[in-house]
Amino acid sequence: MIAIIKYNAGNIRSVENAVKRLGYDCIITGNADKIRTASKVIFPGVGEASSAMNYLKRKKLDTLIKSLKQPVLGICLGQQLMCKYSDEGSTCCLGIFDASVKIFPPKELVPHIGWNNLENIKGELLKGINTNDNVYFVHSYYSETCENTIAVCSYIVLFSAAMQKDNFYATQFHPEKSAAAGEKILQNFLEL
Amino acid sequence: MLKKRIIPCLDIKDGRTVKGVNFVDIRDAGDPAELAKKYVQEGADELVFLDITATEEKRKTLSELVEKIAVEVNIPFTVGGGINSLEDVSAIIKAGADKVSINSSAVKRPGLISEIAEQYGSQCVVAAIDTKFENNEWVVYVSGGKIPAPLKTICWAKQVEKLGAGEILLTSMNNDGTKNGFAIDITNEVSEAVNIPVIASGGAGTKVHFEEVFEKTKASGALAASIFHFGEIPIPELKIYLKTKNIPVR
Repeated sequence: MIAIIKYNAGNIRSVENAVKRLGYDCIITGNADKIRTASKVIFPGVGEASSAMNYLKRKKLDTLIKSLKQPVLGICLGQQLMCKYSDEGSTCCLGIFDASVKIFPPKELVPHIGWNNLENIKGELLKGINTNDNVYFVHSYYSETCENTIAVCSYIVLFSAAMQKDNFYATQFHPEKSAAAGEKILQNFLEL
Repeated sequence: MLKKRIIPCLDIKDGRTVKGVNFVDIRDAGDPAELAKKYVQEGADELVFLDITATEEKRKTLSELVEKIAVEVNIPFTVGGGINSLEDVSAIIKAGADKVSINSSAVKRPGLISEIAEQYGSQCVVAAIDTKFENNEWVVYVSGGKIPAPLKTICWAKQVEKLGAGEILLTSMNNDGTKNGFAIDITNEVSEAVNIPVIASGGAGTKVHFEEVFEKTKASGALAASIFHFGEIPIPELKIYLKTKNIPVR
């Protein structure tokens, strides 16, 4: 069973739909036991960093997520919360990835909305994805690049489009909204 | 590089698409979910569903439809048409829509934009602006283009940005349905005046029109309805054309 972590952020429904389209069973849950015993865990989210972190702490989901041993996939705000610190609401995050989260300087339109391509792609999660593939982004804050970066995207700055450390994977873009390329990435994760 | 978005728009009434569509290999051209799937396969970057139902059952029918679309569609989609309250928005977002577009209701009560942005984030709110060039200036119209609002288009565009709209869907009533091309001047003015994406709408008739709107304005996307529905411009062909003109598309 795939567990999608339920918390106070955004449209989780589309992640559930995407997983089901690929033929996998999943539950949306905030229950610690169900999350701990799931074969894979997805940590989605659209929203504001400090209120999301506060919610996770209140429900003790912060320590739970860090202790997970099965593959975990953070999406969008999920990736940012897996970094160490976010400028959004001056928030101490989970600290899984060795990067900080910063706001885009307003040199182009912010938020970064739309389809953009990935570069410097590596690792199992992005197997079969190349620099011509586009994925869908919607965000005003970005994760810096660091040794955990497995793909970058260029918009105003060069930022981490996908990250990995051990069993923790994350994407800044929305694979569940990224047509065939996104489906491939979700499939890769579900097959890990 | 960030790509320019090509966005088909579907009109919905009582849960069915209104205008005919002539995809040959589709079983039920009236089924919005099936049509949506077809557009996804063709390479549409996003979809807009505009509900023109005017019955009391509207909210329920629309939520059920949005749920059905969300199960089928793996690209972002916006739902608009007669959205008047935060309750309307909640029902549509919970059903699985990524964004809502609001038009007349925002002119009547601009605070609605801020309320949606606070609750669901700016990325959820598309401010749809219907604009018309009359007496030598671009002004805003509401109620499906029937009633003039006492607002200049540029002022209103700046205001919706300040209120928290994440995008502007700008439709020129002078151009809509003409197939003579997008309204380059006002699209350019609005996209220069705000720092949020502007989607150009109204007037698309040829591939050159898309090239023109992306060359001459800062529009982030272009929306059209009939030329896509009737296969006059297949999306894959449009994208190949734009690529040869060095316009970045997916």
